[in-house]
Amino acid sequence: MHGDSRVEVAGLSVFFPLYHGSSRSLKKTVLAAAAGRLAQDRKQRVVVEALRDVSFTLRAGDRLGLVGGNGAGKTTLLRTIAGIYEPVMGRLEIVGSLHALLDANLGMNTDLTGRENILLRGLYSNLSRPEIARLEEDVREFAELGDFMDLPVRIYSSGMVVRLGFALATAIRPRILVMDEWLMAGDASFMDKARARLEDMVSGAEILVLASHTAAIVKEWCDRVLWLDQGRVRDDGAPDQVLERYLGHPVEDTKAAGMSVA
Amino acid sequence: MSITLPDSLHPSSASPRLVVQAGRTTRARTFLLAQDVIDGTRLWRLAFTLGWLDIKLRYRGSVLGPFWLTLSTGAMVGALGVLYSTLFKTNSTDYIPFFALSQVLWTFVSVVILEGCTCFTLSESVIRSVRMPFFVHAIRSLVRNALVLAHNVLVVVVVFAIYRIWPGWHALLALPGLVLWIIDGLAVSMLLGAVCARYRDIPPIIASLMTIAFFVTPVMWQPKQIGKSLNWLLAGNPFFDVLEVVRAPLLGTTAGSHIWIAALVFSAVLCATAWVGFAHARARIAFWI
Repeated sequence: MHGDSRVEVAGLSVFFPLYHGSSRSLKKTVLAAAAGRLAQDRKQRVVVEALRDVSFTLRAGDRLGLVGGNGAGKTTLLRTIAGIYEPVMGRLEIVGSLHALLDANLGMNTDLTGRENILLRGLYSNLSRPEIARLEEDVREFAELGDFMDLPVRIYSSGMVVRLGFALATAIRPRILVMDEWLMAGDASFMDKARARLEDMVSGAEILVLASHTAAIVKEWCDRVLWLDQGRVRDDGAPDQVLERYLGHPVEDTKAAGMSVA
Repeated sequence: MSITLPDSLHPSSASPRLVVQAGRTTRARTFLLAQDVIDGTRLWRLAFTLGWLDIKLRYRGSVLGPFWLTLSTGAMVGALGVLYSTLFKTNSTDYIPFFALSQVLWTFVSVVILEGCTCFTLSESVIRSVRMPFFVHAIRSLVRNALVLAHNVLVVVVVFAIYRIWPGWHALLALPGLVLWIIDGLAVSMLLGAVCARYRDIPPIIASLMTIAFFVTPVMWQPKQIGKSLNWLLAGNPFFDVLEVVRAPLLGTTAGSHIWIAALVFSAVLCATAWVGFAHARARIAFWI
């Protein structure tokens, strides 16, 4: 392990332009719906201010949890850290290999077979032929696909799709791991098996950024919490304090409350 | 924004670094575009596999598979070739091989342009879930259509065999033309892919323009059939020059130097426009799709 991974976010703002059908009536509708978060940029386009002036620095060993209501900007922040959205203001610097697990399908093509999807993932990571063969073996075994490997993903049971997505997502070990909570939200029987694999990957990563709605998950996995509200950082600090202010009451101990992470 | 990211997912590479900064200069944008093209080229195995899987998916479950393309092109070339050579009162030995080759090449050119329009919008889910060089999508679109071309070329081979036409070593002169086509095809995909992601009205406009271009470009009629009064139609048509640099050698003649110069000038303008346009749009594409 190198230990020099770093995530630096300084004054980051991300605006979404509303291009398609930004007629006046739509403009008014959206204005009414998202009161206060719309603005006009220099070219008089209507934009949604998804993130406003977000700053923080993470070093090797940091485990950051993002909390906030729907539309607070958690996913936008994850996508920006992953290099998908580019900010209109501010700066982002990432040192270390980064892997972002943003949605269960991760661009998986459901018309292709399991084997073909695994191949594409391997090629995306620029793996060599023998490495792809190992990836295939690993995923096949974990996801218990058996003969379904050569059938289109579209006919898989939903459990199989989740297992395949999970196995693929956890097969590559990054130094910086950015993830949405879907990975933690599998069904109970699957999570028993998945947990070890997930813990292994998370603990192997030098930096974790995890967005979640569930305070218990954040408390268990993170040692720092960022509370996003309307695209701004509302609070930043130790999980117990921030979560207490976020929820309005202290977080119950997960184990004492009899809840598992799933 | 300036971004340096050799390979974001490879755990073994030494500390890859990604810097994204708002407020870019033209120089930074140019650098980022160059980076995109280099990174995209390094992922050529992925792009080729994606293009190949596109074809495989399109014909999954069909017995003949992509050879349906060959059959339908063959049927069309046969029917229209006989019809047109009668209508135009031309010698079918001269006309039908010309038409078969022209039709197959034109189909490639026009579909590369039309599918270039959707090369980013169709990959929306991928673009929004992982960071991937946009150049990969352009290569994928080109590879997919090159595979289609390879199936359609069989029709040309059969027609040439029937009429005992053999361009000989001359055909090798088409290679520089094909290289130009590859460069132009990638440039047009990057440019139109970005423009069409932003303005959704462009693809239908392009489709109508391509239909018009088909009729004003010598595809179903031969350049020599046109009278002096309409010669400007050839002189002002970049499609003619670009088509001719590949077509002429395959018909056993040579594209004149004026044709090559016009094709090169047009390609240079296209590449420059694509470069500037894409450098400007790159950072916004994820928001547009």
